[in-house]
Amino acid sequence: MEKIEKSRFQWVGPNAEESEGIARPSITFWRDSMGRLMKNKVAVVCGIIIILLILLSIFAPIFSPFEGREQHLMHGNAPMFTRCDQTGHMHLFGTDTLGRDIFTRLWEGGRVSMFIAFAAVFCNLIIGVLYGGISGYFGGAVDNIMMRIVEIINGIPYLIIVILLMMILPPGVITIVVAYATTGWTGMARLVRGQIISLKEQEFVVAAKALGAGVPRLILRHLLPNSLSVVIVNLTLSIPNAIFTEAFLSYIGLGVQVPLSSWGMLAQAGSAAMRTYPSQLIVPAVCICLTMFSFNLLGDGLRDAFDPRLRR
Amino acid sequence: MWKYVLKRIGYAVITLFVLVTLTFFTMQLLPGDPFTGEKKVPEEVLQSIKAKYGLDKPVFEQYVMYMGNCLHGDLGDSMVTRRPVTTLLLGSFSVSFDLGMRALLFAFIGGVLLGIVAAVKRGTPWDTVTMIVALVGVSVPSFIVASVLQLFLGLQLPRATGIKLFPVTGWDGFASTVLPTFAMGFGSLATISRLMRTSMLDVLGSDYIKTARAKGISNKRIIWKHAVRNAVMPVVTVLGPITAGILTGGFVVENIFAIPGMGKYFVQSVQQTDYFLISGTTILYGGLLIVCNLAVDLVYGFIDPRVKLGKEEA
Repeated sequence: MEKIEKSRFQWVGPNAEESEGIARPSITFWRDSMGRLMKNKVAVVCGIIIILLILLSIFAPIFSPFEGREQHLMHGNAPMFTRCDQTGHMHLFGTDTLGRDIFTRLWEGGRVSMFIAFAAVFCNLIIGVLYGGISGYFGGAVDNIMMRIVEIINGIPYLIIVILLMMILPPGVITIVVAYATTGWTGMARLVRGQIISLKEQEFVVAAKALGAGVPRLILRHLLPNSLSVVIVNLTLSIPNAIFTEAFLSYIGLGVQVPLSSWGMLAQAGSAAMRTYPSQLIVPAVCICLTMFSFNLLGDGLRDAFDPRLRR
Repeated sequence: MWKYVLKRIGYAVITLFVLVTLTFFTMQLLPGDPFTGEKKVPEEVLQSIKAKYGLDKPVFEQYVMYMGNCLHGDLGDSMVTRRPVTTLLLGSFSVSFDLGMRALLFAFIGGVLLGIVAAVKRGTPWDTVTMIVALVGVSVPSFIVASVLQLFLGLQLPRATGIKLFPVTGWDGFASTVLPTFAMGFGSLATISRLMRTSMLDVLGSDYIKTARAKGISNKRIIWKHAVRNAVMPVVTVLGPITAGILTGGFVVENIFAIPGMGKYFVQSVQQTDYFLISGTTILYGGLLIVCNLAVDLVYGFIDPRVKLGKEEA
């Protein structure tokens, strides 16, 4: 048997730099999720559609040659792509019964609808996260009482509460937001509570507590950021709900009041003229559906992207 | 089990109580009173009218009185037509209930079937098409579905082909119920089918289904006998909120199709600010939904043995 001389071996020793080095650049949870979202073509397209709709709502009324309130009674109910007699500008989507330019009104309505949706969802976020956070963190009797209250609010159909509120408060945009926010936060509260309960026993929270972090800091800095992904998905999915509620209320005449326009109001006006001028209904209807559709798909995409089980 | 039932009933009663209280005080907060009109009414007449409706008493006393009346099933008189709210509503209630049940059945059966198809044929065009339909259903509000159906099937179809399948409005015979049922049920059908698909996929991947396959049970039998029964559970839990969605969707759909149901009264009463009619409709609607929720909870307790066990241990 051949003997291997000792001199042929060499002590390499631990290389501190190499063993501490990281093979791949570390990817944070957020960057990983965003990367996965970007690969989901459907969600990306929906995100682009949403951004386009928002941009159109902001800028289309500014650049449109017509005013939303401007009436041309002689020129009412014009079909799509007709030119205005006096100025020669194009009415892209035609005019309504009072001769107002539907294209301009559509995007002015879009501003109102989007504003209501975002504001309402923002209110839900604040109330729901705080309520759920407190309830989940303290647990026990506090949790019990707080969740019973949620259960009772949930038991009453929210549209009924919203309609009742709309009757006491003066009609207007803010009222819709308030009415929606009074009932809409329960879903968020439940969700956040569940997350907090599952997180609060974990080591990093215990460590923070041992280091002397106070309750507000624990909830706001440690527990909530870790439940953020669930919250974002829920937010995205509740925007279509808010848009629907606004459209619904405006449609039955309790929502936005004239001379403001919103997509729900336009749809309502359009359905009155449906027999003779169907395009007046179809245009706002398409906008409502497109927005809800995109937000739903984007929400689905986000949920998939945030799901740790799908992480490679 | 009894503890669970009692607890659920307790919640339902409390919720109903909160609803009635809320409605009463909302009505108190409304600006003006029902008798402020354009005509100048002599002070004595006004006083006697107020006395008739009990409006001269302190708020708390009115509240107790209103509660008592509600328990008797007396919801006051309509301010516009002067007829008792209960009589007005009972006639329309049967219509709304009929339509609501049709929509619910349509949504439940249709949704469950679509969900099963999508899950079993996962990844095939069947799946894609079903899920696109479901997504459209989730994204299109019921009043738009209603208007569009009216426009195309009610108006354009007869115009183009001369065949008159569905009347545009009204409530008379089976043909007139098809479009409203579809409009009210479509959104919920979509929600149910999405839920059913996920839950069915979960169940189909579980061990006992593999065992069943290994035993050589036919595919049909596995799906219908073994998988569907378990997969349908999550769908049953959301039936409560879904019923609420369908019935409140009825507000607008009934109006669009001119169906003489409660939803039409509700929207009308809101537009005419007919206080007692509003509060009556609210309470009846809310009560109905609370009872539906209760029924779903109880049914769920009976069909899923795990609920019983969990509650008794707790």
